Amino acid sequence: MKKRNWVLFMAAAAAVVLVLPALCVVEQSVAAASPAVVDVKIDNFSFSPPTITVKAGTQITWTNADDIPHNVVSTDQSFKSKVLDTDEKFTYTASKPGTYTYYCSIHPKMTGKVVVQ
Amino acid sequence: MPQHNSNDVILHDHNRDGVDRRGFLKCMAWAGTGALCVLQGGVLKSYAFDDASGMHKAAKADLSFVQISDSHMGFNKAANPDVVATMKVAIDKIRALPVAPEFILHTGDITHLSKPSEFDTVDQLLKSAPTRDVFFVPGEHDVLEDNGQQYRERYGKNTKGDGWYSFDKKGVHFVGLVNVMNLKAGGMGSLGNAQLEWLEDDLRHLSKSTPVVVFAHVPLWTIYPEWGWGTDDSAQALSYLKRFGSVTVLNGHIHQTMQKVEGNITFHTATSTAFPQPHPGEAPSPGPMKVPAEKLRSLLGVTDVNYMRKRHALAVIDSTLE
Repeated sequence: MKKRNWVLFMAAAAAVVLVLPALCVVEQSVAAASPAVVDVKIDNFSFSPPTITVKAGTQITWTNADDIPHNVVSTDQSFKSKVLDTDEKFTYTASKPGTYTYYCSIHPKMTGKVVVQ
Repeated sequence: MPQHNSNDVILHDHNRDGVDRRGFLKCMAWAGTGALCVLQGGVLKSYAFDDASGMHKAAKADLSFVQISDSHMGFNKAANPDVVATMKVAIDKIRALPVAPEFILHTGDITHLSKPSEFDTVDQLLKSAPTRDVFFVPGEHDVLEDNGQQYRERYGKNTKGDGWYSFDKKGVHFVGLVNVMNLKAGGMGSLGNAQLEWLEDDLRHLSKSTPVVVFAHVPLWTIYPEWGWGTDDSAQALSYLKRFGSVTVLNGHIHQTMQKVEGNITFHTATSTAFPQPHPGEAPSPGPMKVPAEKLRSLLGVTDVNYMRKRHALAVIDSTLE
């Protein structure tokens, strides 16, 4: 390789080497801040945590640990589970940003909130 | 059975509404052990369950019926792994009553998960009751997934809307209400405008001396809002009932007996035949309450109601399964 081309090549390689770790660091910090799956526990006639804040695309899983059936119904009807008996689960992937109140339509005093960013 | 004098006639009417508060509280304490509290024009007279004169009154009743509630057919968790067995005991209790009931009122949560097999099992068990005349109202567990379609297919003949209706027996007007549909987030039981309009119309032409019995699943008075034990729009319904001389409201849902008197309206809730629930605020939630196996049947039961036409009195007697 001619000397000028060699210098250009090394400069480009150096640039790539310098940039690559920075890219990796950025990706790692994004992954730590936003888990792809969030769990909500249903027990003692309540949802816990009662409010969750997630990034769009996060999968939310509700698990009924109570000894009575419950369900998960958003007040705007955007998501609705079937009736969950003990140990049954409902999964929903929140795609559209917004604040979604939901409740158990069998025991309507049970309410929760999903904030999608 | 607590010791007390039979025939405790109420003498002190401090609030001038015909109800002696001390006497009423006495009745409340006895209700769970099978006391006979006879309401006569707003005045409570109480009799011990095994008091012959009390049972004599029951025997002279013009109309006798039984309320059962919350059979939760299909429930199988620790609080009661065999709800079929306890419902059978309840039906045996009904068969053993000194006066056979003319019909049965079931105030809902017939099933636990609205499954066809659960409805079928209850129908099968009720075949051995001393009367085949059973009137139902749905609980929230009976209308899961299908907005009550299956419930109405089975029990909704001659009903309106979500399944409300009325009928008359021996001069007493019975109204079955549905307060478990279209429940709003954060709310309690709900009657809805269509049903309230129907109720006002249904009662309009009755004379105020007609005794009225209203039955619905969720209590029509607010017992404990934190647990959803009440009906958001019941005040309007009660306003239509105010003018009547004798109104009895029979509810379920809370799996324990509770009673309240407000003017001419007596409210009463029944025990479940499946599992007990805690007293208001005595547990983190109103779910099934586990008790020692030998204690379970003493917390489940049936309610016997006797109407004496001459005295315009409805006597409500709760008895436990053991």
